[in-house]
Amino acid sequence: MIRSMTKNKLDISKLQSDLGGLARQFRKEILEIISGAGSGHPGGSLSCVEILITLYYYQMKHRPAEPAWPGRDRFILSKGHACSAVYVTLTNRGYFPKEELKTFRKLNSRLQGHIHTAVPGVELSTGSLGQGLSVANGIALAARLWRGSPRRAAKMRQSDFKIYCLLGDGEIQEGQVWEAAMTAGVHKLDNLCAIIDYNKVQQNGPVAEIKDEEPLAAKWQDFGWNAVEVDGHNFPELIRVFDEFAQTPIKSEQTKNKPRLHRAKPTVIIAHTVKGKGVSFMEGQNQWHGKAPNQEQLAQALKELGY
Amino acid sequence: MEMKSTRESFGETLVELGRKNENIVVLSGDLEDSTRAEYFKKEFPARFFNLGIAEQDLLGTAVGLSMEGFIPFVCSFGVFLTNRAYDVLRISVCYNNRNVKLIGSHTGLTVGPDGATAQCLEDIAITRVLPNLTVLCPADAIETKKATRAMAGINGPVYLRLGRPPVPLITKESDPFRIGKANLMREGNDVTIIACGLMVSESLKAARILEKEGVQARVINMHTIKPIDQEMIVKSAQETGVIVTAEEHQACGGLGSAVAEVVTQNYPVPMEMVAVHDTFGESGEPEELLKKYHLKDMDIVEAAQRVIRRKNR
Repeated sequence: MIRSMTKNKLDISKLQSDLGGLARQFRKEILEIISGAGSGHPGGSLSCVEILITLYYYQMKHRPAEPAWPGRDRFILSKGHACSAVYVTLTNRGYFPKEELKTFRKLNSRLQGHIHTAVPGVELSTGSLGQGLSVANGIALAARLWRGSPRRAAKMRQSDFKIYCLLGDGEIQEGQVWEAAMTAGVHKLDNLCAIIDYNKVQQNGPVAEIKDEEPLAAKWQDFGWNAVEVDGHNFPELIRVFDEFAQTPIKSEQTKNKPRLHRAKPTVIIAHTVKGKGVSFMEGQNQWHGKAPNQEQLAQALKELGY
Repeated sequence: MEMKSTRESFGETLVELGRKNENIVVLSGDLEDSTRAEYFKKEFPARFFNLGIAEQDLLGTAVGLSMEGFIPFVCSFGVFLTNRAYDVLRISVCYNNRNVKLIGSHTGLTVGPDGATAQCLEDIAITRVLPNLTVLCPADAIETKKATRAMAGINGPVYLRLGRPPVPLITKESDPFRIGKANLMREGNDVTIIACGLMVSESLKAARILEKEGVQARVINMHTIKPIDQEMIVKSAQETGVIVTAEEHQACGGLGSAVAEVVTQNYPVPMEMVAVHDTFGESGEPEELLKKYHLKDMDIVEAAQRVIRRKNR
């Protein structure tokens, strides 16, 4: 729906109601498939719904009927346990039949318990935390190599894509993330956008108590990144920052009020979110990191979501 | 006998491949001088990346490049590529079955004076256990050239195990090299010696010593650890009745274990393993270390005599 609007003529209020409805529907489907499977990761899936909708319904160039289209923007889910949110997004965009959601986490299914490339539209299988950003860097370097080679004229037309990588806040405690952050900064990978689903809660408690990551934006800036913070559940804000990234060459370090995104740097969007968003008894609760709701809990959750 | 290190041959061949295929890129963990990847760097600076001392990121970045059609050759010490970055090797590379080539140099005790931390004695065990991964361990510089070309030619992850010191040139330019097909180096029907890497050379020396005692030893160069040449192993077990394996690696999980897996399930025969037995290495000259840790020709001879006695029991 939103793709039919031009980026210049966004009707923000219509957008909020349309996308808000979509987000509610996604949360319903996420909870249903996790409940159906009897296991899964609701907390960190519910927290990244608006981010995924903004990417797949507004920001990214992609063709659901042609998942390997060379000109597509690439998306890497580094926090592979949030796969239920991505599977729901992909099926709603038409990548695979919705019927298949029922097989989530079951034997012989494409819908593995952590994200898997067997699912059309998935670029990389992940699940062991901390590995996605390095891979995203490699893709970003590859796009630059294609661009830089005169003998690769055919490929050049296809190298103008962006790379998006979604990470969890608990995940970035892994050392490899910071190796990758340094690589992206040093190599000035400005076609790369990392998004941190900063829901503040990891499996055994609050991030701030287990291994505090603040000041988070400053850490990334020190590694050579643009860092912007947004409300990760607010569509107009998400759209604004993704727009800023995609049109990166806004070089205005001197701008007084708001530092804009600097060209020649990778960008990280620190999305402040709520773990278990949309379900009162899951919100902010680490117990719901990796637990399925039972029938009663599912009914209660769906009721809260307006179903 | 003419000597040359396998890493030297790899570095030269990599340049040759780079000239033929512009999709080949090289990633280094700040050891390109040691791994000889610097020859490629000199000729193709735009296709070379030193990503610093960060092996997990190194492998992950290679995976990203492979997803866009490049063929990344990732070069470092074997000990860092496999042990240090193991989970990235397992998930990003092997689980995703990416076309990434891993070159681990300085494996085995013959790293020498650097000591135990750099002496990789576990890489065969931990790489061969991973699905999708091909594992190669060439015997000399000539075979390394062929192995490097062959690994570039197949689609999928490959680990190439190389060494630091010059080793004797024991194979011929005309010898065939096919991944998964072991090379028969010497005929014999009393005992089979199956070896990889520089231990092939020690095995040939051992066979000549055994010959003087009237023992005809068959010597097999198992340059591909995975997929292992089952047919050749079973045939040798049947024809010679006993097997000795020889590797510059831990006995646990290495070439000997791989051969035993085939032998015990198909045609059980007595075996002896010449390898490092559950201990770390230490500083010393390569030859001194091979002697102290019982990886010399005489150790293979003694193992052959032991295993033949078991045959006649």
